This record gives sequence, C-alpha cells and structure tokens, in this order.
Amino acid sequence: MPLLPTPDTRHVDFDKIYEPSEDSYLLLDTLSSDSETKFLHDRFPAQTASPVVLEVGTGSGVVLSFLTTNSTAIFGHDSILTLGIDVSMPANLATRETVSRNNPRGFYLDSLTGNLTTPLRDGSVDMLVFNPPYVPTAELPILPGEEDEDTGRELDLLALTYAGGPDGMVTTDRLLDMLERVLSEDRGVAYVLLCAQNKPEAVAERLRLGGYGEKGVRWKVEKVGTSGKKAGWEVLGIWRIWR
Amino acid sequence: MKILTSNYITCAVKACKSSTLSFPLHFQDAELVQEEVDFNAEFIVGILPRIEWDALIVTAAELGFTNLPAQKPEPTEEAPLGEQVLKDLHKLLLETQVTEGKLVCGNCQHIYNIHQGIANFLLPNHLV
Ligand SMILES: C[S@@+](CC[C@H](N)C(=O)[O-])C[C@H]1O[C@@H](n2cnc3c(N)ncnc32)[C@H](O)[C@@H]1O
Ligand SMILES: [Zn+2]
Repeated sequence: MPLLPTPDTRHVDFDKIYEPSEDSYLLLDTLSSDSETKFLHDRFPAQTASPVVLEVGTGSGVVLSFLTTNSTAIFGHDSILTLGIDVSMPANLATRETVSRNNPRGFYLDSLTGNLTTPLRDGSVDMLVFNPPYVPTAELPILPGEEDEDTGRELDLLALTYAGGPDGMVTTDRLLDMLERVLSEDRGVAYVLLCAQNKPEAVAERLRLGGYGEKGVRWKVEKVGTSGKKAGWEVLGIWRIWR
Repeated sequence: MKILTSNYITCAVKACKSSTLSFPLHFQDAELVQEEVDFNAEFIVGILPRIEWDALIVTAAELGFTNLPAQKPEPTEEAPLGEQVLKDLHKLLLETQVTEGKLVCGNCQHIYNIHQGIANFLLPNHLV
C-alpha cells in the first residue's frame, strides 16, 4: 500500500485538544497496513451495505479524517459512513473541521458529545476505533457536567485525553464492556490501542474468555500493530477484536 | 446533526436501551439547514440496508418530510429505485442538518441539546 496522506491538523488548538502523537500515527499506519486493508476489504466487500465506522475519542480528528479521506484504499468500499464521539466539545468541533479540510471521500456523518458508545443504538457500528486515555493515574478525571463545588473537582479536558485511572484501563475497560452491544453481529470489528502498562496480554485473554460485558462473548483478538520498542519491550500495540 | 445520524442513536440512559420508546429520539424546536452534497445514486442504495426504516419515517414526519414510501424500498436490477425517491432520500438523509434544537427520549423524557450542529449526550450524575 502506498503511503496515504496524513490529515492536516494545523488549525487545531492543542491547548485543549490532544495533539496527534506516536499513538495516533501508529493507528494510521496499522489501519493502512497490508494486513489490515486486506482484512477490511474482505470484511466489507464493495457491493455490500455501507459500513458504519465509529471513532471514540476523536480528539483533533486525525484518525477519523484519515479513514474518511482514504476510505477507498483502506476499505475498498467507496461509501463508508463515519461518525465521531468525544467527551470534549472543542474536540468535536475540531474533528468536524479536520474532516472537511482533508478532502473526505467517505461520508462523514457527525461528531457527538458523549461518554464512549452510550448514545449508540445496539448493533449500529461495523467498525470501532479507540485510542483511549491509557496512562496509569491514581484516579480518572471527571467528565464535563460532573464538576462539583463541594469536592472542588474541576474539569480538565487535557487530563481527560491521557489519564486512564488504575492500570490506565478504567475507561478502556468500560469501552470493552460495551462492544458486545454496539458492534454489529455479523461484521463488527474494533481496533483498540493498549500500552505496555495496561497489561495487554491479560486484557486480550480476558476478551477471549468472555470476561467483558454481560453476554460473555468470546472475542477473537490479535495484535496487529506495534511501536516504541524500549529495551525489547513494545510500548504501544493496536489490537483487533472481532467475533 | 444530519438526519441519517439520528437513525443510529438512542437514549444514553442504560435503562432506556431495552425500551422501544427510546428509539428514535424525537426532535424538538429543530432549526433545519440544507447543505449541498454531491448526488450519488449508488451511495443511497448502499446505505439502505443500514437504515431502520420505521424509525426514519417517524423522524421524517416530525420534521415535515412526508413523501417517503411507507415500506423500505428494496431495489433489484430489474426494478431499480426511481430517481425521485433517491433524490428525496438524498435530500433528507444527507443534506438536511439540525443546527440547533433538542432530541427527546420517548421513554424517560430526557432532553439532549444540539448546539452548533453537535448533540450532547453526556448525562448528569444521577442518571449515569
Ligand atoms: C489519547 S486521545 C486520542 C485522540 C485522537 N483520537 C488521536 O489519536 O490523536 C483520547 C481522546 O479520548 C477522549 N475521551 C476520554 N474519555 C472519553 C470518554 N469517556 N468518552 C469519549 N471520549 C473520551 C479525550 O477527550 C481524547 O480526545
Ligand atoms: Zn431515555
């Protein structure tokens, strides 16, 4: 696969919004790799119903824009529908702008403000992408609307982009619990980024054994992209999760 | 927010997911704007299988679009969709946007606000 263009995000204000970083670029590289474009072409053949692609936590919109602009190369399907969700309104405005500035070819539906996949109808998503807040921290920051004068907890949008609570897994665990509902039964697939401190092998095993959600779905799980080797340790990995 | 999007969303309150009243959400005080999108007949045909038709009819009627067929069209090679139906769908699903307004759950009556075209589904603490 020839190198696909990286979306231009120069218009985004990175004081409040996550700046595209090594993790973002690892997602772009992985989703456009030979193995994943093959997987996605096979899963979403050109003559079948348009896949609905949801990115959770879009930030600047760099990943969703990449998928929307390069939909034909990545999916072999011209008419994908893309949808973004983030807890941060500034991130949602930025995402909309990023998509429209980068020659979208797939059809960008909208950005929504919300917590993970809570506003989505069951079975409505064919492909989900999540670069979560994955850094281990003592606790999770509050979400917009949870500000509390009594405890003095204030909203910190930048902390929400990286702080993942114990093991860096609090938000990601919640998302993994939701997969069984939001992903379509026949074609659903998710790509989730995990870092070494998230104990990714244990997370993958729990997914395989049906340890997430309420229905005990036994997912297929495979690591399909890695980066940032430190003393032999891979720091970041992209995991493909599907039925 | 585009009308097609409303076909994929529902109330964010967990207890509402099992209620048929929570989908589709109902637009209120919607300010509509039309934004031109290149017409592509194949594209409309491709998204038809991904549409919950009964919900779309409800949403369309609430916004004043009453010319959709009552049953979901099932185009075949011998009987493709007529140009007019395709154009009506194109206009409603892809070109019509709600810039300001509300979405209301028919089960719990919770109101989700739409500002600058972006709907907010974050819940107050007591509903999470
Ligand atoms: C590591 S950043 C990734 C940003 C962008 N996707 C990228 O790859 O550059 C994580 C994003 O998730 C968002 N986020 C954090 N918690 C969330 C939640 N509960 N629901 C939705 N989005 C969330 C943050 O606002 C932030 O934009
Ligand atoms: Zn409700």
